[in-house]
Amino acid sequence: MSEIILRDRVVADTWQIHRPEAGTSPAVPAGHVLVPLAIWLGQADVIASRSDVGVWIAPHEDPATLRDSLDRLPVVAVDFPKFTDGRGYSIGHLLRTRYGYRGELRAIGDVLPDQLDYLRRVGFDAYAVRADKDIRDALRLLTTFSEPYQNSWEPPLPAFRRVARGQVTEVPR
Amino acid sequence: MAHAAAGNAFDIGELAGMYVYDQIDRTIVAERVAQYRDQLRRFQAGTLSEDEFRPLRLQNGLYIQKHAPMLRVAIPYGLLSSTQLRMLATIARKYDRGYAHFTTRQNIQYNWPRLEDTGDILADLASVEMHAIQTSGNCVRNITSDEFAGIAPDEILDPRPMAEILRQWSTFHPEFAFLPRKFKIAVSAAAEDRAATAFHDIGLYLEKDAAGGIRVRVLVGGGMGRTPIVGVVIRQDLPWEHTLTYVEAILRVYNRHGRRDNMYKARIKILVKALGPDEFARQVEEEWVHLKDGAGLLTREEYDRVAAYFVAPVHATLPSVDAAHEARLADDVPFRRWAGRAVRPHRVPGYRAVVLSLKPTGVPPGDVTADQMNRIADWAERFGFGELRVSHEQNVILPDVRLSDLHELWQEARAHGLATANQGLLTDIICCPGGDFCSLANAKSIPIAEAVQRRFDDLDYLHDIGEINLNISGCMNSCGHHHAGHIGILGVDKDGAEWYQVSIGGADGSSAGRGRSAIGKVIGPSFAADAMPEVIARLIETYLELRADGERFIDVVERTGIAPFKTRVYATPVAAVQRAEEAVDV
Ligand code: HEM
Ligand code: SF4
Repeated sequence: MSEIILRDRVVADTWQIHRPEAGTSPAVPAGHVLVPLAIWLGQADVIASRSDVGVWIAPHEDPATLRDSLDRLPVVAVDFPKFTDGRGYSIGHLLRTRYGYRGELRAIGDVLPDQLDYLRRVGFDAYAVRADKDIRDALRLLTTFSEPYQNSWEPPLPAFRRVARGQVTEVPR
Repeated sequence: MAHAAAGNAFDIGELAGMYVYDQIDRTIVAERVAQYRDQLRRFQAGTLSEDEFRPLRLQNGLYIQKHAPMLRVAIPYGLLSSTQLRMLATIARKYDRGYAHFTTRQNIQYNWPRLEDTGDILADLASVEMHAIQTSGNCVRNITSDEFAGIAPDEILDPRPMAEILRQWSTFHPEFAFLPRKFKIAVSAAAEDRAATAFHDIGLYLEKDAAGGIRVRVLVGGGMGRTPIVGVVIRQDLPWEHTLTYVEAILRVYNRHGRRDNMYKARIKILVKALGPDEFARQVEEEWVHLKDGAGLLTREEYDRVAAYFVAPVHATLPSVDAAHEARLADDVPFRRWAGRAVRPHRVPGYRAVVLSLKPTGVPPGDVTADQMNRIADWAERFGFGELRVSHEQNVILPDVRLSDLHELWQEARAHGLATANQGLLTDIICCPGGDFCSLANAKSIPIAEAVQRRFDDLDYLHDIGEINLNISGCMNSCGHHHAGHIGILGVDKDGAEWYQVSIGGADGSSAGRGRSAIGKVIGPSFAADAMPEVIARLIETYLELRADGERFIDVVERTGIAPFKTRVYATPVAAVQRAEEAVDV
């Protein structure tokens, strides 16, 4: 079974990601499964009875469409088709800060260790690190910058509201 | 994990007038050095592929160019201390070939560092509170501003505090590190726009309202490249404390909706054009409503904290006229000529700003040797407060020189090849590295600059021609700002040969072009390299014949249009060199 980082630990991944081919049946497989946004929106009422269905959203899709479903979703995943496609960062940020999502927010797709610090800060708490990368080594990159300048999901306050600026505490060598 | 900042030995007392890093700034830069070293190590060990490392190293200013890596170091809003400049010189000696290149975006580039040294270079930079963060890549780049900030008599307010606040806000912003394309922000706050503000993805003009409060006029969608566009105003009168939240709203709309399918259509200007400025502004306002009074709202306390660093050093009380200086001006013709170009007004009586030209004939525009950097650093201390500026025209400025010191400075500058009297004139060429260094180039640009400088080596003639901007780019990426040149030269590729397309009438918003921001118009088919000095000569002759009292080149182009210039240039074959059939698409 594959592994993911959940918050700050490597754990076994219990979720399947359902990526149906175009034109195939919209049926939702059994078991823990993340379905595409379109399938969720089309069948939300049917699927709603299942607690083992989550959704994944592609970067061109609008997270606002999930607004009414968020309290029923155990997992929302955002797909990064390429790690250089930064739309998912804004989607994650909106899901957390604007639409109030509090469940597991997972980055899937081309998720590389050097993106984890930024992903964490905009609101992701689960990271399906690409299989060919060393997921345990990736853990140490979760916090690369200990005192960031800006507010985002984390930290919610910018440095100028968070700490006393203008001080130098460390003695220069 | 607070790393020890690498040997930071700054004395705040010596540095009145500059931002000084606090613990947060130091920690961030130190953590960056550690992060980069780790990335480089993984790249060298093969666990980061070339494709994975590329965007990471670019966000650290590291390109892989024709000959070697190229490292671009940020000089935020163009402000440098003498200590920093000495370190830039040391780096040039230690890791490069003893020189470096000032760019049109207030950065400095090293053309020959070794990849394995780049971590050490960043550590050396960190030791003087410098970095290469986000000097390239599809992220928010170095924030640029007016090189005369804090000294210009026409200043409305000092743009540097806001530029520094934006520098911090944009540094490692988690949401905007993988934008569709690069993103450039400029800040200007004087009557004259000296930062080409309208040619930026976001241009911010700081203004004062009737009550003395700071207001921001927000432009978006300016840029050069293959689709040159002058930015449009989407917001007037934004209260200053909303600057960060408004910029955040713009970036979020762009990050989500900017095109990612075609690199040439990915800049924000294409999105603004596709939606129309009104619709774009509407989307920004809609987004901003959610942010405007949130945590990103600037506080007076933070603004004042940052602004305090930029308070002017204490100038001496001097007479506004210096008799000895006047006498030297009268007696010494070469000095007078230099002073006429190099010396700029200062708001404090008895002081002047001095622009050192990095454009002597035969030196690639913007290039400076380690020895020159050390000299300039010394002068910044002897003839000022240890502070200097770099301009988007690729020159260096000593901001606080006493009238009584100008002659001595000039003599020393002359001894070190830094007293060329061509500031603002035809040979003060803005020029990209072009085909000599850049792997994207269609054509060389440095030899064209040199050929034009050789053709116009008569100073009297140059002064007679007067204020004019000649800008050269080696390809459509427009690093040399050719679109905004009164005369612009663009390298184009025709069946593997190097050709040059000429445009006239561009303007960068500065007073050289009477404050206009405009894109130049192509005059016709392109030319071979050896025809270029003659083409420029014909343009200049046309101007001299047509000009009325006090008209500059750009004024005549504005009045007559390009027709008379075009007619003259193409009247007879230039230097018997055949022309290419048609102009490459503009
Ligand atoms: C030698 C390595 C360089 C490379 C590979 C490079 C690459 C590029 C590219 C690809 C663009 C176009 C981006 C776009 O339109 O989306 C660009 C634009 C630009 N570059 Fe460079 N460049 C280099 C050096 C420089 C230098 C030395 C300067 C300053 C002298 C500079 C300043 C600029 C500016 C001002 C623009 C135009 C920005 C705009 O489109 O608004 N670059 N560069
Ligand atoms: S304009 Fe073209 S040739 Fe010149 S530096 Fe930029 S990318 Fe290279």
